[in-house]
Amino acid sequence: MTDFDRQMQEVDARTRGARAAFGRWWATFIKELIQLRRDRVTFATMILIPLIQLLLFGYAINTDPKHLPTAVLIQDDSPFARSFLAAMRASDYFQMEAQATTEAEVDALMLSGRVQFAVQIPAHFGRDVIRGERPALLVIADATDPVATGGAVSALQGLAANVFSRDLLGPAANLAGKPGPFELRVHRRYNPTGETQLNIVPGLMGVILTLTMLIYTALSVTREIERGTMESLLSMPIRPTEIMLGKIAPYALVGGVQMAVILTVGRLLFDVPVLGNIGLLVSLSMLFIVANLSVGYTFSTVATTQLQAMQMSFFFFLPNILLSGFMFPFRGMPLWAQAIGEVIPLTHYLRIVRGIMLKGATASDLQSDMLAIAAFTLAAMTVAVVRFRQTLD
Amino acid sequence: MTMAAPSPAPAHDSGAPDVVIDVEGLSKSFGSRTVVRDLTMQVRRGLIYGFLGPNGSGKTTTIRMLCGLLTPDSGRGTCLGYDILTQSAEIKRHVGYMTQRFSLYADLTIRENLEFVARVYGLPHPRRAARDAIARLGLQNRADQLAGELSGGWKQRLALGACILPSPQLLLLDEPTAGVDPKARRDFWDEIHGLAHEGLTVLVSTHYMDEAERCHEIAYIAYGDLLTHGTVAEVIAHANLSTWTVTGPDLAELGEKLKKTPGVDMVATFGAALHVAGRDAAKLEAAIAPYRQDGARTWRPDEPTLEDVFIDLMGRSRDNFG
Ligand SMILES: Nc1ncnc2c1ncn2[C@@H]1O[C@H](COP(=O)(O)OP(=O)(O)OP(=O)(O)O)[C@@H](O)[C@H]1O
Ligand SMILES: [Mg+2]
Repeated sequence: MTDFDRQMQEVDARTRGARAAFGRWWATFIKELIQLRRDRVTFATMILIPLIQLLLFGYAINTDPKHLPTAVLIQDDSPFARSFLAAMRASDYFQMEAQATTEAEVDALMLSGRVQFAVQIPAHFGRDVIRGERPALLVIADATDPVATGGAVSALQGLAANVFSRDLLGPAANLAGKPGPFELRVHRRYNPTGETQLNIVPGLMGVILTLTMLIYTALSVTREIERGTMESLLSMPIRPTEIMLGKIAPYALVGGVQMAVILTVGRLLFDVPVLGNIGLLVSLSMLFIVANLSVGYTFSTVATTQLQAMQMSFFFFLPNILLSGFMFPFRGMPLWAQAIGEVIPLTHYLRIVRGIMLKGATASDLQSDMLAIAAFTLAAMTVAVVRFRQTLD
Repeated sequence: MTMAAPSPAPAHDSGAPDVVIDVEGLSKSFGSRTVVRDLTMQVRRGLIYGFLGPNGSGKTTTIRMLCGLLTPDSGRGTCLGYDILTQSAEIKRHVGYMTQRFSLYADLTIRENLEFVARVYGLPHPRRAARDAIARLGLQNRADQLAGELSGGWKQRLALGACILPSPQLLLLDEPTAGVDPKARRDFWDEIHGLAHEGLTVLVSTHYMDEAERCHEIAYIAYGDLLTHGTVAEVIAHANLSTWTVTGPDLAELGEKLKKTPGVDMVATFGAALHVAGRDAAKLEAAIAPYRQDGARTWRPDEPTLEDVFIDLMGRSRDNFG
């Protein structure tokens, strides 16, 4: 055997097998980590994006939903109507801005945004209450800002119950019990849904992680192509899977840090609890992080420029916001939209994160969502490995 | 710049395949443009093989096909005994490819780049391997400098260092000395000769004639066609050019006139002299006869240089091309 043969066998031996594959993954991981550390902008956005987003949205959550400008339209002159109005005035949720005389006037006030609330006490309201006919008390809420009006609506419900249990004395006292002497009919205008406050922080965690993870990896392969480093990389004995996992891993760490920031800030500033198991939350969040990193990476292998990869990411991001249940309640969407939503990792993650943080759900409760995200990740990674161009053709 | 002629190709008593690159009929087109056409070449072990040709002639494309970065449209062949169509993974383990454009990571330091390469190739002690390579390249003082901040010459040294780190059998160097100063170029070539002496085979593309003359063998490719190959002497002899050197006044004016004269295939100015060459000695002599008679200049029959041959080849292939 000659020197050459020996040398070639030696090289072959140390580049074959699982250990060698791990070594190449490790090489990519270290390299990406160093590049990440050196890229000041990315490094800063890593922490700043979740922090700023959370504070911005958190401010909206914390906005005192009290003193909302309110209009009343009273078409009834019963003691019930008067005491209801008095109670509203006394509550610091409402600030009486206008006394409307027609429904059109109420509409105009709402549309112009001068009031966010309108209460309409219809004609014969008092009489119908006493007759036990359960008349409707109409509350119109501008729900374009559901966070702000949500609290007021529930306050109104409590308010109404109190007022009438006090006023219904004598012969009408038997009406004070269930099912309530009248019906409080709430019309949420412009946005038929209302999110509760606690839903926001967990949901926001999913959205922030989706956005940042997607963009980090979406740029990774196209960047190598645009900088010309791909040519060197491809001439080395490294496989697409090793490159992919090596590029995803450092950002999974970044995602973990972001998650920690969001959970801590959510807890400290907004009192968002974690009722369930924190270990479960962290591991499922890591799964979700890897899912989004894989999508971004897949885009990166399909796109030919960084710009294209960015555009694909935003195209993917939109249904994440709209169809995942973050913006609108999932069950309220038409079936076809729900079907699309079921594919998106964020949909399942929202169920997971809300379930664990707010309801104390356990792993067995979340099994199907876990599987859905895992299947999605596997599919995205497969596409990425298959699509990865190993030549410059 | 003059450089020492290459030492004769070292003979190795090895049983390993003696022909390291052996390709036949390689073609590659991008869209409707054929960039490499029916290329056949053989490179023997231990040789420094020069690859020459005008810009856009397909040198880089050929090198990329050899190491599996581009798939040929047709043709076949082997590299280090491995099939270039099906065994690119094996080829990549044993080939060091230095790209024309610097393609290491600009945002990693020299040390980090070398460690990355060492890890990818599974060297047992990547840190030590990188440290040794840095010492060998004389880059100790710059080891922690970002690769992107290095000057051209140092970048090339680093790129070569990264190529030879995993001890490849074959080096493919794509214009390794473009834009590098003469001293650095000479050092670079001394290093390449040292490596060839140890048994490495080197395929190197270049535009410099002095570098071509330091190769054991050369090939000339123009607009996709491999026009000639062999040792420098063979290539010159094969071209069958008769050449005259003219010295004296008003050479530029004379050159313009000669270019339009039938029988003159190439006119080129070299400092204070004009090289006039033709493929048909008799026709050339007839063509220049009127100018020789005026006696103002000195005409001397000369051996054609490699550059004369290349300029002639380039002109010829462009005629065919256009
Ligand atoms: N990926 C590609 N897509 C389309 N055209 C290409 C591609 N790569 C190269 N070409 C074209 O093929 C031709 C040959 O290119 P190549 O890089 O092989 O030439 P070269 O001999 O290396 O030239 P130079 O001396 O300038 O480096 C050029 O005209 C180039 O524009
Ligand atoms: Mg080139």
